[in-house]
Amino acid sequence: MANLLQPYNSMATIANKTEKKCHRAEPWLRADRMPHLWCPGCGIGVTVNAFVSALEKCQIPREDLAIVSGIGCTGRTAGYIKLDSFHATHGRAIPFATGLKLANPKLKVIVYSGDGDLFSIGGNHFIHAARRNMDLTVICVNNLNYAMTGGQAGPTTPGGARTATSPYGVCDKPFNLPFLADASGAVYVARWTTLNVRQLAVSMGEAIAKKGFSFIEVISPCPTLYSRLNKFGDGLDEMRYYKQSVELRNGAPTSEADLDLRGKIVIGKFIDRERPTYLDAVNKNFSQALGDKYQWWGPRP
Amino acid sequence: MTTKVSADPKGVLTGEHFLDGDFACAEGALAAGCRFVAGYPITPSTEVVEMYSRRIPAVGGMFIQMEDEIAASICIQGAVWGGQKAMTVTSGPGFSLMMEHIGLACMTETPCVIVNVQRGGPSTGLPTLPAQADVMQARWGSHGDYEIIALCPNSPQETFDLTIEAFNLSELYRVPVILLMDECVGHMNEKVVIPKASEIKIVPRRYTQAKPGSYFPYRPEYDGYIPGMVKAGDGYFFHTTGLTHDERGYPEMNAPAQEKLVRRLVDKIRKNADAIARYEEDGLEDADVVVIAFGITSRVAYAAVEMARQRGLKVGMLRPITIWPFPEKRVRELAKRVKAFVVAELNLGQVCLEVERLAAGRGSRVVLAGHAGGTVHQPEAILEKIMEAYRP
Repeated sequence: MANLLQPYNSMATIANKTEKKCHRAEPWLRADRMPHLWCPGCGIGVTVNAFVSALEKCQIPREDLAIVSGIGCTGRTAGYIKLDSFHATHGRAIPFATGLKLANPKLKVIVYSGDGDLFSIGGNHFIHAARRNMDLTVICVNNLNYAMTGGQAGPTTPGGARTATSPYGVCDKPFNLPFLADASGAVYVARWTTLNVRQLAVSMGEAIAKKGFSFIEVISPCPTLYSRLNKFGDGLDEMRYYKQSVELRNGAPTSEADLDLRGKIVIGKFIDRERPTYLDAVNKNFSQALGDKYQWWGPRP
Repeated sequence: MTTKVSADPKGVLTGEHFLDGDFACAEGALAAGCRFVAGYPITPSTEVVEMYSRRIPAVGGMFIQMEDEIAASICIQGAVWGGQKAMTVTSGPGFSLMMEHIGLACMTETPCVIVNVQRGGPSTGLPTLPAQADVMQARWGSHGDYEIIALCPNSPQETFDLTIEAFNLSELYRVPVILLMDECVGHMNEKVVIPKASEIKIVPRRYTQAKPGSYFPYRPEYDGYIPGMVKAGDGYFFHTTGLTHDERGYPEMNAPAQEKLVRRLVDKIRKNADAIARYEEDGLEDADVVVIAFGITSRVAYAAVEMARQRGLKVGMLRPITIWPFPEKRVRELAKRVKAFVVAELNLGQVCLEVERLAAGRGSRVVLAGHAGGTVHQPEAILEKIMEAYRP
């Protein structure tokens, strides 16, 4: 924290000192696309940093990794990560990733997108991919609003919050994303905030290593829109709020992970279970039905 | 031009069959090397995926029934970037839901095939009955400027042949190709001859010759317009986006980038329109009146043309096989010397507009033989329009 509060000049000095040494995330980023478009205080970059550490440790050959994003602020992530990367249409990263994964089952496909993209316009695809146990990792950066379009309310905006399209406060109930993922059949479900960077990085590594549909929600600040419209202060104030409000409860029932306006934030790894993936189920079913005539799809176990 | 190769015999059901158009489409896709289909049930197209899902486990490939047509139409694009040839199949309402992803496939130059077995519309319309009213939607349905290719078979045999052609054209031009069938062709049973695999010619995916590190996903590499493809997993670490992009595939949102990209996407089809356009013609040498009809309507129109000829009228027939690009050059030539065109179609005037545009200022009239759909024309109704076209 202290470093963050140093005057700008000191930051410049730090930057100069480390000029020759590349940032540890740099090999995983498209340096020719920097600077990124995320605002000061935004949490998406923090999640990307955690994601890079997970990738570093995951032991999967880099060419076997692919990332798919939808549309929105978090939707730009795929464009900054130096992997085979796809920027799909709004809400449709999951069905694109489904086709990519099934066409080439050796790939580890990660969907990286925002709450509005994945759970409003893309909600149907999320529940069905989880139901099928499609072998994908879905990372949702939840900033509680539509930020790219100017801070409108979405399906995760807590009741009472003011947004560009709810000037008198949101009056409908938001999704509890871990509960939704759990009920839909995900085999790994966790929630963290951008304050919990170590846990987040470890959890991302676990999700990537997990076979089946894994889901991580990361609660992230949006100082430019959501926080400003609700007078919650800047990115640092949001970190203070997280620090005071997070409640680590690994294994907690996901039904107890509701979010409300400035209330407690239940974090932790809620679900870690085994279930055959879609492709495993298809291969098993067709092998039983057709015997030797069946042409196995993907690598044999 | 790229070298064609023989079809993979695993997917080719060589022999004589009695198939409906939908089944013929599934066999065409298998013969073309399509190893990935994502679909969603909708009448009257469902038999295509029913046959494909029955056949594919023993051929080696993947069928997935998605949660809706939006998902199906982008799932196939993921599959293409994963290295497969892929198709989705639908009808009216599902086709409407797929429009955004036709635009995505155009923008990201993702070769794929979208089959629309047309039924009566608008909205839920006539789920089990024919129409040809999605012609303009196929061409203009997604937002923005783009060009696609659309093919209209008029028999199960031609459905088989054109399904293969659809895949070949999609690979050649890196564009979504729409197989625009209709309920009648989809559900009529006729003899379909499937040749030996060695006699079926396939356009393989046009992968790049460039090595990772020197590869530009959107720099033309083939025929002046077409960038070389890659697939995920080969170490290229490439990026694709539906945003306006530069040759690196990176978002570049300004007027010059838009001009460069969109003009190339449009020109790669427009500049090759004469090479792509396919049509069949009959008795045009001395024709005064030319009937233009496609798909199932062409078969009714042939009957009407025959009736007119028996009455001593000089009537010819032009059947567009590629409805997009439209056989513009041929229609322009004919427009200079014939009295009139009669456009027979199962809609209230779509292709007619295209013919009017091409005939304008060339001295020939255009008469519409329209029909709202639900059944095919009576040949007499088209004959009446031929007579009308003859009147001064």
